[in-house]
Amino acid sequence: MTTFDSTGRIEARFAACAAEGRGALGVYISAGDPDLATGQALMNGLPGAGADMIEFGMPFTDPMADGPSVQAAGLRALAAGMTQPKVLDMVRAFRETDADTPIILMGYYNPIYSYGVERFLDDAKAAGVDGMIVVDLPPEEDDELCLPSLRKGLAFIRLATPTTDDKRLPSVLRHTAGFVYYVSITGVTGTVDVPVEIVTRATERLKRHTALPVCVGFGIKTPEQAAAVAKVSDGAIVGSAVVDTIRMSLDADGKATARTVPDTLAFVKSLADGVRGARV
Amino acid sequence: MSVAAVPNSLRAGPDAEGHFGIFGGRYVAETLMPLILEVEAAYTHAKTDPAFKKDIEYFHTHYIGRPSPLYFAERLTEHFGGAKLYFKRDELNHTGAHKINNVMGQALLAKRMGKKHIIAETGAGQHGVATATACALFGMTCEVFMGAEDVERQKPNVDRMRLLGAEVHPVTSGAGTLKDAMNEALRYWVSKAETHFYIIGTVAGPHPYPAMVRDFQSIIGEETKTQMMAAEGRLPDTLVACIGGGSNAMGLFHPFLDDVDVEIIGVEAGGLGLETDKHAASLNGGRPGVLHGNRTYLLQDDDGQITEAHSISAGLDYPGIGPEHSWLHELGRVKYVACTDDAALEAFALCSRKEGIIPALEPAHALAHVGTFIGDRPKDQIVVMNLCGRGDKDLGAVIPQLEAKGLI
Repeated sequence: MTTFDSTGRIEARFAACAAEGRGALGVYISAGDPDLATGQALMNGLPGAGADMIEFGMPFTDPMADGPSVQAAGLRALAAGMTQPKVLDMVRAFRETDADTPIILMGYYNPIYSYGVERFLDDAKAAGVDGMIVVDLPPEEDDELCLPSLRKGLAFIRLATPTTDDKRLPSVLRHTAGFVYYVSITGVTGTVDVPVEIVTRATERLKRHTALPVCVGFGIKTPEQAAAVAKVSDGAIVGSAVVDTIRMSLDADGKATARTVPDTLAFVKSLADGVRGARV
Repeated sequence: MSVAAVPNSLRAGPDAEGHFGIFGGRYVAETLMPLILEVEAAYTHAKTDPAFKKDIEYFHTHYIGRPSPLYFAERLTEHFGGAKLYFKRDELNHTGAHKINNVMGQALLAKRMGKKHIIAETGAGQHGVATATACALFGMTCEVFMGAEDVERQKPNVDRMRLLGAEVHPVTSGAGTLKDAMNEALRYWVSKAETHFYIIGTVAGPHPYPAMVRDFQSIIGEETKTQMMAAEGRLPDTLVACIGGGSNAMGLFHPFLDDVDVEIIGVEAGGLGLETDKHAASLNGGRPGVLHGNRTYLLQDDDGQITEAHSISAGLDYPGIGPEHSWLHELGRVKYVACTDDAALEAFALCSRKEGIIPALEPAHALAHVGTFIGDRPKDQIVVMNLCGRGDKDLGAVIPQLEAKGLI
């Protein structure tokens, strides 16, 4: 692992969860889905509902690693006017209500490249971001964003996948910071149920290569699955099932309703209860 | 196949990481990286294997029908009244376009790798048809991702693919065109990583695809060189080809890049005009960005969101372009211009009437641009245009528009 001047929030949160004898719950939402005001209310409500960490999606027109649920969430946000600067505005507003919950921006490289890498990193750090997951930047392209990000003190969190073999794993882990995100399936987000027994073995394999926490995502849909995954790893990340809850609360025109925030936060609470019930 | 690089050659790229200057690269999700590396290793080995070269040559000669003729378009030359116009007749290939050159190479590579399941994306359907054809020939399964809008406007090609045994997946995400088909093909590939080979149809995508597809298409330019020497005893003055992703153009251009006296022109789809937002001219109307595994010029908004391309030609309707073209554009070695839907339609009719060749809408763009300058060039100059596809597939979309314009 590369040493870097971390914001400290990610490490503190994993330590706190470990002290409680449980894994963390990471929750993904697309910034500004279904609209800016509702999205902000959702984000601000996540810690109270039991989310330990927020994976904050930066909407992109062409999310090539995402399944239909997350694609649709990003398009709803874009249609409602979401932009990269507004993503950071939302983080800034969230930080006025919560100083401790780690925020991991998740998305694709082009909107960051378009914004300007150095300027984006400065603005993201100032807004209160802790790390980034940028799906289309493998270790082969570390000079683009990963290394500049570490230099600025933002964790660059890498995805490890079932296709990442032992030979490749060291290069994937080399500049990873914060935690390692294990993609539990060979597929796009939200399409297949998480295979818990495979995740167990994969987590053990990763742990042999890294001292960082290992979180698991892609395919966790229920509190039971979140509990099972959190038991065998350092954290479960749920995305598609959360944005599906948002989608189901919308009216016929795709607009937020009075149910959107409470329904979504209630679902997140059920996930959090699952994870908290799965103490090891 | 690619020729050994000489120092300071414009033909030496890409570097080991797949970069042409700042363009190209491998911007894909980790799930795909091991596959991309596997394809690269297999291709690196295959391209120096005489047996692989021999296989490709066999199918070029006996199946595709290569070499395609280099044809002196005498009536059009007379019509324009300037330099001599030659067509490189890649529309005469089996399946009716240049796409089969690349597909045959990649299908043979997949076969060497022991892959029996093929995925492809397609816009106009020409790449999909070529892929379905090779899969039928080699006994492989074939799944083609095609934008739902393109499925509508290119129905004859959809039927061809089905007849050849391929399964066509209409893609409804986004605008339902080539960009979205490529997203969906990549997503599907991620889920079938162990068993499937993805045959990308143009000189784009993550390394090694841009270089590999270029190598397989370079037969177009190599033949042109030999045929032109035989016909005229010298190289042409100007090369012209249309550009969507840019594979037919790169195939013609690449063998000539170091021949500095040869002027090279790529013609992008100008749609309703570059001054509107309804075009597909990535170089003339876009800026560098990252999409579909490579850095290249893209149509995008101020926030880095990809915008929809527009062209009357489904094959050019793509918001990006191969990374090597972006590099050649910035170097200034190739001049990139644009031509509108209307100009392409007029050239479509003109070529049919004057030469008895119904061109695809894609090369009709190239011909429309040829018409803007060739009349002013001296009669002893020579222009070669890549007539990269035939127009049968376009009749459904084109005829009503030609009727409306009074062109038939």
